[in-house]
Amino acid sequence: MAIVIVDYGMGNLFSIYNALDYVGGNPRIVRDPEGLDGADGIVVPGVGAFGSCMSQLSRFESSLLRNFREGKPMLGICVGMQVLFEESEESPGAAGLGWIGGKVVRLPDGVMIPQMGWNGLSIKRPVEMLDGISDGDMFYFVHSYYGLPKDRSVIAATTEHGVEVTAAVSKDNLFATQFHPEKSGAKGLRILENFVRSIRC
Amino acid sequence: MLARRIIPCLDCDLGVPGGRVVKGIEFKQIRYAGVPWELAGQYYEDGADEIVFLDITASHERRETMTSVIKKTSQSVFVPLAVGGGINSVEQAREVFNAGADKITVNTSALKRPELISEISDRYGNQAVVLAIDAKRRYTLEEGRQIVETEQGPCWFECSFYGGRQFTGIDAIAWASRAVSLGAGEILLTSMDRDGTYDGFDIPLTGAVAKRVKVPVIASGGCASPDHMLEVFKKTDASAALAASIFHFGEWNIRNVKTYLNERGVNVRI
Repeated sequence: MAIVIVDYGMGNLFSIYNALDYVGGNPRIVRDPEGLDGADGIVVPGVGAFGSCMSQLSRFESSLLRNFREGKPMLGICVGMQVLFEESEESPGAAGLGWIGGKVVRLPDGVMIPQMGWNGLSIKRPVEMLDGISDGDMFYFVHSYYGLPKDRSVIAATTEHGVEVTAAVSKDNLFATQFHPEKSGAKGLRILENFVRSIRC
Repeated sequence: MLARRIIPCLDCDLGVPGGRVVKGIEFKQIRYAGVPWELAGQYYEDGADEIVFLDITASHERRETMTSVIKKTSQSVFVPLAVGGGINSVEQAREVFNAGADKITVNTSALKRPELISEISDRYGNQAVVLAIDAKRRYTLEEGRQIVETEQGPCWFECSFYGGRQFTGIDAIAWASRAVSLGAGEILLTSMDRDGTYDGFDIPLTGAVAKRVKVPVIASGGCASPDHMLEVFKKTDASAALAASIFHFGEWNIRNVKTYLNERGVNVRI
């Protein structure tokens, strides 16, 4: 089994690497699109602005899409979830991957931006990636924008921060979180374990 | 709704191999508490929402010891880690981020060169920069100071640097506000009057800063019981409470504190 973490030059991959390693995922960091082809599962992390993430990620785009269509389990985290959408208010004009219809919008005025800290989930769909997770379990968020899918049925979980915020989406072999499972204690590790298990099955 | 965070703080003396956690009383006397990554691991298991490491020796040659402490900790501790002490350039911040830190805290170096805050936040984001302030009450009122009412009378708060050894003449509340405009994403606010005293947080100070800035404020200094945490969460908008001795010396563990707060209506992560 090989889990690869896509390193497209946006930030520190230590935490996600350590957390996947801790749950027995035996991760590998890859810096080239060719590295994705031998993978059994793919993790797309992400920090920074939507536009700069997309410009760095673009060279992986066709390889990611091919692997997604082949049905490989994929996990997007934070901006790695936002880039799945078509576009973002953060970087007007920058095209996202567009695998999920809809756009990424800014958190409303009047709440703390970025949302930084632990917030509870409201589970909308009990997908396998949320096995062992209950309504109200808390996860660690750091973000100023969130995804608004056109098709609400892709939403797996939400959280509340001034508005109802998309916290996790699930579509076919793809699962993505706005929060950081690698920084969310035992519950976060449980999600990563679920991801590792989905690859073994 | 965001939970109020409980954050243990590890003051690290890196002058011995592997480092050790110590705790000062009113910024002076020192008590030995344990090995940094072992304590961090224990606090993580106990439910810490985040862990702060402060290098109280803060000398250049000891930064390697700190990065090895963080590397070791981040292999088995999966909550945010904040690291501070003697970081005075983006290059030094990078070493600490690369070791696995999520946030760095700056204090003296930012007072001496405020642009450091924007340099680090431009590169790593506001959420990665915590401004630490050590504030002391001054009852001699002066023109242009941010005056706060306390039970002992009106006062202003002066920033200290070099670990409480020197004073700056800078108004702590004004500095907090300026630091946020420079890109600080969080304020770690320590009351020098309360630190190590076990008298509880400085409520007027915490309340005033939390009211002034839009970023999270971490209350620090003086916590000796869950009641003190309850008080700061009920009376101020502090996002987090930081404590050291109460956890180090076995008086309370984090899980008990959180249960106590939860039963009294504070939103914490259980």
